[in-house]
Amino acid sequence: MLTVLANPTRFMALSGRVLPWLAMAAAGLLVAGFALVFLTVPDDYQQGATVRIMYVHVPAAWLSLFLYLIMAMAAVGTLVWRHPVADVAQKAAAPIGAAFTFLCLVTGAIWGKPMWGTWWVWDARLTSELVLLLIYLGIMGLWRAFEEPSAAARAVAVMTLVGLVNLPVIKFSVDWWNTLHQPASVFRLDGPTIHSSMLWPLLIVAAGFSLLALALHLSGMRTEILRRRVRALTLQQARRSEVDLGHIRASGAGL
Amino acid sequence: MTVSYLGYILAAYAAAAAVVGGLILRAVLDHRAQVRELAALEARGVRRRFRRPEDEA
Repeated sequence: MLTVLANPTRFMALSGRVLPWLAMAAAGLLVAGFALVFLTVPDDYQQGATVRIMYVHVPAAWLSLFLYLIMAMAAVGTLVWRHPVADVAQKAAAPIGAAFTFLCLVTGAIWGKPMWGTWWVWDARLTSELVLLLIYLGIMGLWRAFEEPSAAARAVAVMTLVGLVNLPVIKFSVDWWNTLHQPASVFRLDGPTIHSSMLWPLLIVAAGFSLLALALHLSGMRTEILRRRVRALTLQQARRSEVDLGHIRASGAGL
Repeated sequence: MTVSYLGYILAAYAAAAAVVGGLILRAVLDHRAQVRELAALEARGVRRRFRRPEDEA
């Protein structure tokens, strides 16, 4: 399967067929999930109605990590196999990951003000998530710093793998340090601590956001492949123009 | 749902709509721009040396 997808032409054909279904499934899950959030989920006994902010904040937080993992796997593909589709997968994931990290931080701040009494604290979880956003922005900047895409991909791959160390820090920060941010309440060894009436809508919304992120990633990869074709053809045209100019000069000299 | 904290909830969902909407809009516009540029190059006779029918994506 991976060798089939590693061919850009086959990838374009296959992803073109999958993308509409992925987008429709994402939309269906998000509509169903948010209908449950606003029609059936009860107010939390401590958070009140603000618990509804969690249905955006938590999936955004999960996706900020998930997209970084996709980038890290693609970075291995770039460094080990030097494959252009891995380069493209890395590049397409960065802005989507940055956007979900930003959304996680913003919605966390909006929830924090009424619940904690402050928009922001330099808590280990919040700070490590902010560091993740800065890493994403650094990676996006690094992509723009190189003219040659394959050289950029190798530099970005190294930076991505170095930045990977921040992911366990984000995940376990609430266990390692005494933080204002609450500990994990869904992915725990002893099971979720959220009541099923609140958990199921969260899982449905999270599945919807995940499919949306995958659809955006596939779409971004397709666009990046097209961008590289445009670049290759532009260079080919420039080379041809140079050769034509050389012929004109040579024939002019012969006159 | 009680109306307490309604402003905070609306602000959070507005931020989510702006971010997700922005990502979708960017994806659509960027894709269209590349397709247009590729078509313009091909119209000028610049073509890849080897193309398969499935390349027309």
